[in-house]
Amino acid sequence: MTADYEITIGLEIHCELKTKSKIFCSCPNTFGGEPNTHCCPVCSGFPGVLPVLNKTAVEYTVKAGLALGCDISRYSKWDRKNYFYPDLPKAWQTSQYDLPLCRGGGVAFKGADGEDKFVRLNRIHLEEDAGKLIHEGGVTRVDYNRCGVPLMEIVTEPDLHSPEDAVAFLTELKNILKYTGVSDVKMQEGSLRCDVNLSVARKGGPLGTRTETKNLNSFRSVLRSCKYEAERQIELLESGGEVVQETRRWDDAAGEGSGMRGKENAHDYRYFPEPDLMPVVMSDEDIERIRATIPALKQQRIDKYTAEYNLSDYDAALITADVAIADLFDGTVAEGANPKKAANFIMGDVMRLAKEPGSEDVNIKITPAQLSAMLSLVEQGVVSLVAVQKEIFPKVWGTDADPAAVVDKLGLRQSNDTAEIEAAVKEIMAANEKVVNDYRSGNTKVVSFFVGQVMKATKGKANPKVVNEVLSRLLKG
Amino acid sequence: MKIDRKEVLHIAELSRLTFTEEELDAMGEQMGSVLEKFRRLDEVDVSDVPPTAHILPFVNVLREDKAAEPMPREELLKNAPESDGSAYIVPKVLE
Ligand SMILES: [Zn+2]
Repeated sequence: MTADYEITIGLEIHCELKTKSKIFCSCPNTFGGEPNTHCCPVCSGFPGVLPVLNKTAVEYTVKAGLALGCDISRYSKWDRKNYFYPDLPKAWQTSQYDLPLCRGGGVAFKGADGEDKFVRLNRIHLEEDAGKLIHEGGVTRVDYNRCGVPLMEIVTEPDLHSPEDAVAFLTELKNILKYTGVSDVKMQEGSLRCDVNLSVARKGGPLGTRTETKNLNSFRSVLRSCKYEAERQIELLESGGEVVQETRRWDDAAGEGSGMRGKENAHDYRYFPEPDLMPVVMSDEDIERIRATIPALKQQRIDKYTAEYNLSDYDAALITADVAIADLFDGTVAEGANPKKAANFIMGDVMRLAKEPGSEDVNIKITPAQLSAMLSLVEQGVVSLVAVQKEIFPKVWGTDADPAAVVDKLGLRQSNDTAEIEAAVKEIMAANEKVVNDYRSGNTKVVSFFVGQVMKATKGKANPKVVNEVLSRLLKG
Repeated sequence: MKIDRKEVLHIAELSRLTFTEEELDAMGEQMGSVLEKFRRLDEVDVSDVPPTAHILPFVNVLREDKAAEPMPREELLKNAPESDGSAYIVPKVLE
């Protein structure tokens, strides 16, 4: 039944910008905090206040637009989007209606079926985020800390045709935005949120009526709500019903969507030009100055890693999957580490600690200097790689500790003292004459027995390289 | 010119306001007369005036991105009709 239908999906992605202050006032733009402690008369909608636009918020939006291939408007303006709901104390949201900062552009990505795909963007505009409502005990409590945080809205054309592709596209978009550095794009903290417009139609038939599911805050809920909504619409059509154009919400815990009722669903924003804000004019020089601030994006870094550092395509893709990891890698190599060894350590050990289970976010809690110092300790034979992985790295993670100091503190400094190792080897050989003879009659595999014994005797501190060298010399006799 | 009842009810709903029958009638009258006053603007000849997004001759009025101290919460909430000392309290807006 589903196979007879084509799904069409368009997304509206809301992305909070990582500026220091809010969009129209100088209140700090920081996540969380006690309710209403990042507020002032401007962002709390007191009468008679005057908003002043944050220059960096404008530049970040243009920067994101350039990274996404948009045309940047030479002239853009501000509008009031009127709606009466306590998350916006002014009774309107300051936004951009007919002259947004960016138009067009698009994102190339690999679809869930492995095909190369492209989603066109319709526009990117800048607006203010709303406050938070907490519904409890028969009342609604309002916190305006988030109100006035600069929010970039990216609107796609309806170019997506499966829930899986919607997620693949979002993953790539999130990646690009994170590389540009304009946003944390943390879905769990709400700095990236998504509205889904979805319709279904019989294959070859006219486009169906769409619904809009609001405020999805994880890739998982985008995927599940798209699947749910497509199935719901198809079942409705199959049973002779009609899809009603409406705004819906998604209950992730229950795994189901529902239509918003009457008043919540009534849209009539009556946009009009914002008289308190002047238009923004961008010159070619402004645009080029902002373009120059875009760091190397994913593909540029993949090219560099494979060509200059001889990393495999697979490794390069893993390291660039998140800009925080790519930055750690670049920094570690810049500190003098061997690129291959840095890559291996990052992909294995760092990724294991940086990615918390169930989270899409990566949290790096080690500096390039610390990582490079650890790898250099291994390189110099001061400590074994295993000891770094098991003992030192977990102690350095999340602290500003110097790896060398951790090595000393834990007494893990490797022994390179050949004489000491020789003495240990001789003692073990004397106690195991039969095994020595085994070795000398051709069963060289027993060398691992001796390695184990030496390690045991030196409490794991002997440098395996030196142990192997001494063993092969003395065992030959 | 009077605004019809359907329109008044629509605007009342968007504004989350409830009116009595008499108020609805009065509202329709008053809104109509406001619009009538503004309609006079239509009489001005603007055929040689270029359209603009703003009446003032300024662009790029921008602020450097610097954070400053927000308002103390006690001060901020002082005029709120209802608060619990940390958040504004409004009538329950969702089921
Ligand atoms: Zn403020």
